[in-house]
Amino acid sequence: MAVKDSGRVVLLQGNEAVVEGALAAGCRFFAGYPITPASEISELMSVKLPAVGGTFIQMEDEIASMGAIVGASLAGVKSMTATSGPGFSLMQENLGFACNAEVPCVVVNVMRGGMSTGLPTSPGQGDVMQARWGTHGDHPIIVLAVSSVMDSFTITVQAFNLSEKYRVPVIILSDEIVAHGRESVVLPRPDEVEVVDRITPTVPPEWYIPYEDNSRGVPPMAPFGSGYRHHVTGLVHDTHGFPTEKPKEVGDFMARQFRKVTNGAYEIQMTRRFLLDDAEIAVFAYGSVARAAHRAVLRAREQGIKVGMLQLITLFPFPKRAADAVLRQCRAVLVPEMNIGQISREVKRVNMSAKVLKHNRIDGQGIGPDEIYEELLQM
Amino acid sequence: MADLRNKYLRHDKKFPHVWCPGCGIGVVMASLIRAVDSLGIEKDDIVLASGIGCSGRMPVYVDFNTLHTTHGRSLTFATGVKLANPDLKVITVMGDGDATAIGGNHFIHAARRNLDMTAIIINNQIYGMTGGQFSPTTPYGAFATTASYGNVEHAFSISELAVTAGASFVARGTVYHVPQLDRLIEQGIRKTGFSVIEVISNCHVQYGRRNEMGDPVTMLNWMKKSAVSVKSAAGKTEAEMAGRFSIGVLADLDKPNYLEEYDKIRQRAAQNHIRVNEESTEGKC
Repeated sequence: MAVKDSGRVVLLQGNEAVVEGALAAGCRFFAGYPITPASEISELMSVKLPAVGGTFIQMEDEIASMGAIVGASLAGVKSMTATSGPGFSLMQENLGFACNAEVPCVVVNVMRGGMSTGLPTSPGQGDVMQARWGTHGDHPIIVLAVSSVMDSFTITVQAFNLSEKYRVPVIILSDEIVAHGRESVVLPRPDEVEVVDRITPTVPPEWYIPYEDNSRGVPPMAPFGSGYRHHVTGLVHDTHGFPTEKPKEVGDFMARQFRKVTNGAYEIQMTRRFLLDDAEIAVFAYGSVARAAHRAVLRAREQGIKVGMLQLITLFPFPKRAADAVLRQCRAVLVPEMNIGQISREVKRVNMSAKVLKHNRIDGQGIGPDEIYEELLQM
Repeated sequence: MADLRNKYLRHDKKFPHVWCPGCGIGVVMASLIRAVDSLGIEKDDIVLASGIGCSGRMPVYVDFNTLHTTHGRSLTFATGVKLANPDLKVITVMGDGDATAIGGNHFIHAARRNLDMTAIIINNQIYGMTGGQFSPTTPYGAFATTASYGNVEHAFSISELAVTAGASFVARGTVYHVPQLDRLIEQGIRKTGFSVIEVISNCHVQYGRRNEMGDPVTMLNWMKKSAVSVKSAAGKTEAEMAGRFSIGVLADLDKPNYLEEYDKIRQRAAQNHIRVNEESTEGKC
């Protein structure tokens, strides 16, 4: 492997790369509860955070972990938690609080197979729609998927940056294959990593209106203790942060929530195009499945099949623009997933003309290149 | 008191408050304000967190950094705030249902962890805001909207639970014994470590009305009659204490608190960190 002068080559697990990414992005608080296959993130955070002056705390459960990271973020510290399916379910209530109060934070969900306690050490992608809609109420949210160890680093940095910039919780979906797989990667030096910090108010405290609309729809955020005393609540609130039920104020609040994320769609909706320029058929894939799809596409190309891949990094807000271009160009699209077809429904939802096919595994096994290749031959 | 009102309340914003006439929560809020004032803590340095319920609305009215969280979870948010900025004085206010039913797990673990925070638990023995359903502190046999035939569950003592779980400072007061309550809250905030002040309060509307104490005066008289100082309670038999409760300081311990302990971790990690870096430099080809 070619080594950049500045980079350092390391052999890392996906979970370990998430930690490296978080630290590079400025994360200095982590609260978590152990769960397979996400525990390594907690373990490594407990070693690394105190060494850089940060704080790791093992909470009594995932509900508490989510509450703690929201509290830490309100006090001005970038914070993260990591979990897997059952823990992610428990976090939903406080995740909704973070959405409502616009508290930046990052939640890593290393997906495992099955429902309930499910398949603790097997991969799955069954939490896609839970990531989007798990907490109650209409709300925007950003959901990113990682497909490799390097992704686990770079996308975690992106997750923090987007979270800070738009004041929304960002969910990173990993899966057991990515999380436990080891790869050699070149990590950038800390000063090579672009880090975005939330905007804080510059007006005198008596002028500060904590939820005032502006052109971006993202109000500056004052950390507790900085002299800008304000009220934070899980109730729908007016621009001053106090509970309101006035339809106009509620409507304006809700509209702004969606507007700020819609306005940022161009940078939020990340995808990777691969061999799509002349493609007649395409694969849409994310997570570890994207790696298998990549291989399958290469093999199909060798057979003269004009196939390409669109890797979805951002799952929500669904990258419609990037998907549209491929859907208009190709006669058929295959969406392989380790679930019953959660993203294929999104693809069908935005589709105009192409035939959308599914390839699903829900048996706790990863999707390999061969089976995708076989499907491509049928198309 | 008018000066304190002007100084500490968001008088120009969110009044009148939502509490019923005669409710004890306002008494607790006033005690908290007097305690903060006599301790001389800056408003900017205080974070007041609450959960859900009548008590949960207190942060709306007080001009601190305020945080109205989800039901039962205020201690978890408060934990994050305190760890992210240890210079802040973090106080939580909760109801009995909020702190010990849905939030029971967080409560015992916050006590065990001994992070430097203060928890004020307003115990009115009922779920007030949601309409008078029984709570973990509703007495056996008492009536509630979900215990129309009398409560068959047994109440536990919040303070004794806090002592057992390991809180550094535990006290119980009432909204009848106000000067003492001021002192107890002040002591709790001053204490380094996790402090709990349980305040016996009156919900004459949801609890009292169903249990032959339908007005605040009757309920305050009940507190006056039932409260026994910790000192004299120690000399009484179980039978003599039946239906009564002790007030005063139940525990005041000096034990390592989480922040001090974690600073030691940071020091150890910093030393270890240097060693790890050296190793990785050596190993580089």
